[in-house]
Amino acid sequence: MRTETPWSTVFELLAETGWETLYMVALSAVFAFIGGLPLGVLLHVTAPGGLRPQVFTHRVLNFVVDVGRSLPFVILLIALLPVTRSIVGTTLGSTAAVVPLTVGAIPFLARLVEGALREVDTSVVEAAITTGATKPHIVRGVLLREAAPALVAGIGVTVIALIGYSAMAGVVGGGGLGDLAIRYGYQRFDTRVLISTVVVLGVFARLVQFLFDLGARGIDRRRRVTA
Amino acid sequence: MITVENLTKSFPGRGGEVRALDGVSLEVPAGTILGVVGTSGAGKSTLARCIALLERPDAGSIRVDGTDLVSLSGAALRAARRQIGVVPQTDSLLRQRTAAGNIALPLEAAKVPGPQRKQRVSELLELVGLSDKASTFPDQLSGGQRQRVAIARALAASPSVLLADEPTSALDPETTGSVLTVLDRVRSELGVTVLVVTHDMAVVRRICDDIAVLEHGRVVENGKVLDLISAPGSRTASALLPELDQISQQHSAGYDRVADIVLVGFAAIGALLPEAASRHGVELSLLGGGMTRLNDTPVARFRIALSGERADAALKWIGERGAVVRHKPTLVAGTAA
Ligand SMILES: Nc1ncnc2c1ncn2[C@@H]1O[C@H](COP(=O)(O)OP(=O)(O)OP(=O)(O)O)[C@@H](O)[C@H]1O
Ligand SMILES: [Mg+2]
Repeated sequence: MRTETPWSTVFELLAETGWETLYMVALSAVFAFIGGLPLGVLLHVTAPGGLRPQVFTHRVLNFVVDVGRSLPFVILLIALLPVTRSIVGTTLGSTAAVVPLTVGAIPFLARLVEGALREVDTSVVEAAITTGATKPHIVRGVLLREAAPALVAGIGVTVIALIGYSAMAGVVGGGGLGDLAIRYGYQRFDTRVLISTVVVLGVFARLVQFLFDLGARGIDRRRRVTA
Repeated sequence: MITVENLTKSFPGRGGEVRALDGVSLEVPAGTILGVVGTSGAGKSTLARCIALLERPDAGSIRVDGTDLVSLSGAALRAARRQIGVVPQTDSLLRQRTAAGNIALPLEAAKVPGPQRKQRVSELLELVGLSDKASTFPDQLSGGQRQRVAIARALAASPSVLLADEPTSALDPETTGSVLTVLDRVRSELGVTVLVVTHDMAVVRRICDDIAVLEHGRVVENGKVLDLISAPGSRTASALLPELDQISQQHSAGYDRVADIVLVGFAAIGALLPEAASRHGVELSLLGGGMTRLNDTPVARFRIALSGERADAALKWIGERGAVVRHKPTLVAGTAA
């Protein structure tokens, strides 16, 4: 029977790694948004029947996004080491982990953005076209605006996926809650730390989901089904 | 003014090509309302969508106020689009924008500055009678209100032409009335040329100056409603005038003459027939029919039966008063058809 880590230490560990997770997830979510939103828009407008159909561009983007989404995150983490080094200057630490996290999340979010935009009714877009609006205006004023609730929800899903990906950040010394769970729970069989970490991660994910749901519903002006 | 010449449009379908439009030519004079009617699948929406530049026709030309639209692209195309207001067949309001926000869309596209935009939006809300709904979202509006917002949006950039595809199809008669009133004002107060697609003859009856009947992508009847109404055998007449078909042949037995008469624009339809009878000393009976109104014009169609020596003279006299008289066979032998 091993002695378990005292609670005070557990809390310290949780606080420290919790911040690391928050830092990595928040930062990569912002970058994923900056990269994923335009990519998703591009996927949508270049599709056949889109605002600006471009068969070749669409195929290439589709391929890139599919590859990006199908790669296991650990592989991406390792494959991107040279890129990380050239951007961050090091391949170790939380900041270094942000690079692969972002790269992993961009195609993920892009697909969700594409799906959200596809839900915008064709007749709404056509009505906008008949007003003589330019394509950028239609994207901003109609597509993104109409899809806003779905986009917010999609970002929430991406953030939660990022929390999952970030568990692997330990591989590059990024730390975080997932890494804590692996080090103490898996390598030292410390059930107390393991379970505490799982609880904190669960609460974290739940909170993210709750906030984004709230946001998505808050900006949605459609009639809701009240059961 | 809209001029469409020889418009052809096919769609690829499962069993070969579907010819949605097959050489359609028609004209909507400036400041008039044309009703495009026809059964489902006749090509009405395709015609409206071609004029709205949402579908590219395979052949033919579309001119709006003299500009050929088919060849346009880029900025010229967008400018032309601002001249054409479109009310689509399906609900097309942005659900995340208020009524005012929806109406503002074409003004944003036309880069109208903020204060002027606000001013114009409130003018339009007033035009369609929705001033109190400016900040209401579409999902909180009734179908008729949504349709009026769509009309206001289509008119926002002051187009010279308005295309409305089934603007009243999902509405009850009273709401239909309010939408038609708006379209009528658009024509008479703003001088906009209107093309309205409909399968409801009540729309034609209420607001249309002209009518085009589409069948399998072809125009089978086109002209002024008031002209077509008195043209014997026209589809417009049979659809718009009071029914006569259900009158049985038995009723015309024993009379010397039976005739259908169509009267357009008579203020005193009721007085004409009695006068014809008394002047010529004939006995005149009404077998059926009735009166109705086309927009502001009273029109009537009756089947009358006459007995007496001067029956023919009485009919001739009625005809001379401007009525269209068509003789019907009677059961007594020897009468003209
Ligand atoms: N995008 C399309 N692709 C393929 N076929 C089409 C398309 N649009 C229209 N059609 C076909 O063209 C024909 C005319 O259609 P259109 O929508 O113009 O009819 P409509 O007169 O407006 O009918 P409705 O009264 O039902 O609205 C139909 O046979 C329809 O199936
Ligand atoms: Mg239609």
